Amino acid sequence: MGFDFNVILSKQDALVSGIAMTVFVWVVGTLAAALIGFIVATARRYGGVIVDKALTVPIEVIRGTPFLVQLFLLYFGGPYIGLSLDALPAGLLALSIYGAAYFAEIFRAGYQSVPPGHVEAAECLGFTRIQIIRNILLPEMALLVIPPSVNMAIILLKETALLSLITVPEMTMTASAIGSQEYAFVEAMVLIALVYWVLVELAGVLGRFAEKKLSRYRLAKA
Amino acid sequence: MSDNAISVQHLVKRFGETTVLDDISLEIPRGQVSCLIGPSGSGKSTLLRCMAFLEEATDGSIFIEGAPLGFVYDGAGKRQRQSATDLRKVRSQIGMVFQQFNLWPHMTALGNVSAALRRVRRMSKAEAEEKAMVQLRKVGLENRAGHYPSQLSGGQQQRVAIARSLALEPKIMLFDEPTSALDPELTGEVLNVMRGLASEGMTMVVVTHEIGFAATVGNQISFLDQGKLLFTDAPSKVFAKPRHPRLEQFLDTYLDRGASTLV
Repeated sequence: MGFDFNVILSKQDALVSGIAMTVFVWVVGTLAAALIGFIVATARRYGGVIVDKALTVPIEVIRGTPFLVQLFLLYFGGPYIGLSLDALPAGLLALSIYGAAYFAEIFRAGYQSVPPGHVEAAECLGFTRIQIIRNILLPEMALLVIPPSVNMAIILLKETALLSLITVPEMTMTASAIGSQEYAFVEAMVLIALVYWVLVELAGVLGRFAEKKLSRYRLAKA
Repeated sequence: MSDNAISVQHLVKRFGETTVLDDISLEIPRGQVSCLIGPSGSGKSTLLRCMAFLEEATDGSIFIEGAPLGFVYDGAGKRQRQSATDLRKVRSQIGMVFQQFNLWPHMTALGNVSAALRRVRRMSKAEAEEKAMVQLRKVGLENRAGHYPSQLSGGQQQRVAIARSLALEPKIMLFDEPTSALDPELTGEVLNVMRGLASEGMTMVVVTHEIGFAATVGNQISFLDQGKLLFTDAPSKVFAKPRHPRLEQFLDTYLDRGASTLV
């Protein structure tokens, strides 16, 4: 028995749509996670002690339980509390919330990395809080948050494979379906492993590019 | 309401159980250089930071050009936080210079100086940079406009920081130990810029360990010790003998270091 990729590749239309779905949930899920995480970290910084403490609870719970369990709870348990979602929105929501808990910690560290004096200088000049976040805090923390953010994006990409278990037609689901039908399961897995790996490398390249661009001022020599 | 640039009235600052500022009242006259001196932990930096509302006083009031800073009293005489808009308005009359410069590392010297003009005054980039260049020229750094802070010496960074504070044309400049983080060789250039400002009639409040600067440029000197303002007077009176015993003791530490001819 030898490997035969031709069988798989003959189903390329289905495969391509599976890959497209994976890229879609990955990109949208990661961006939403980063946005929610940033909002949570900002609320913790400016919202006072009670908000700060209250938000640590969901963050710890989400970081302390497996993604698959959270996904099943949302998709199969949601209807019990009136939250009936289709597979795709449920998958996207679960992925965003899961990632947001980690991004919240990444941005919290980012906020803490900026010397308070840099903010005080802006306050004295009459910058509003939003101007300080946008013009001082975000650019100054960017270099620090990019590497862990890329790392998180990579983790989220691999977690998207679990969405197949709630029938989101992403590439793991497509590939296992084709693989079983055509008796070429291993070939299908080899193929998507390759695609995942290429996407991970792509994320890494993008991250390094952004780092290089943003670190110009650090590397500038007199 | 007073005619002075800054009026500090019965200011108290506590961190938990510790009283850092103990009933301080101080008038900062317009157009003059007021120096705050005293040993470490005497509260002089905290007092200055209160004048920029970087520290919130526990009690008492500060008026900037007659307007209350940070707190207002409502009809019932209850002390309340000022609105963010009002606070920004009062603060806009003040420029603050820090011991650690606090330049924004991701912006060039020109970017640092023009930022507030663009964001706060909403000027166009070109207009803001033109105005910023005027300030950079004033501190002698127009040829460093495109440099990032990491490419500048400490003294140059502090001069950029001064230019940044001047950009919004404040009426009062506050200096928090502006030369303490600098090599002795670099303090001169910063002190020269400050002398230039003083000679233009800028109202300045300077927390400093540069006793020589305080004696020669200062119009009034306030001596703080353990959160209390011991006295405020003209330098000629402050340094004339016989001196206040606590000041004498403080100046002795300079003598130990063989630093000042004045002592």
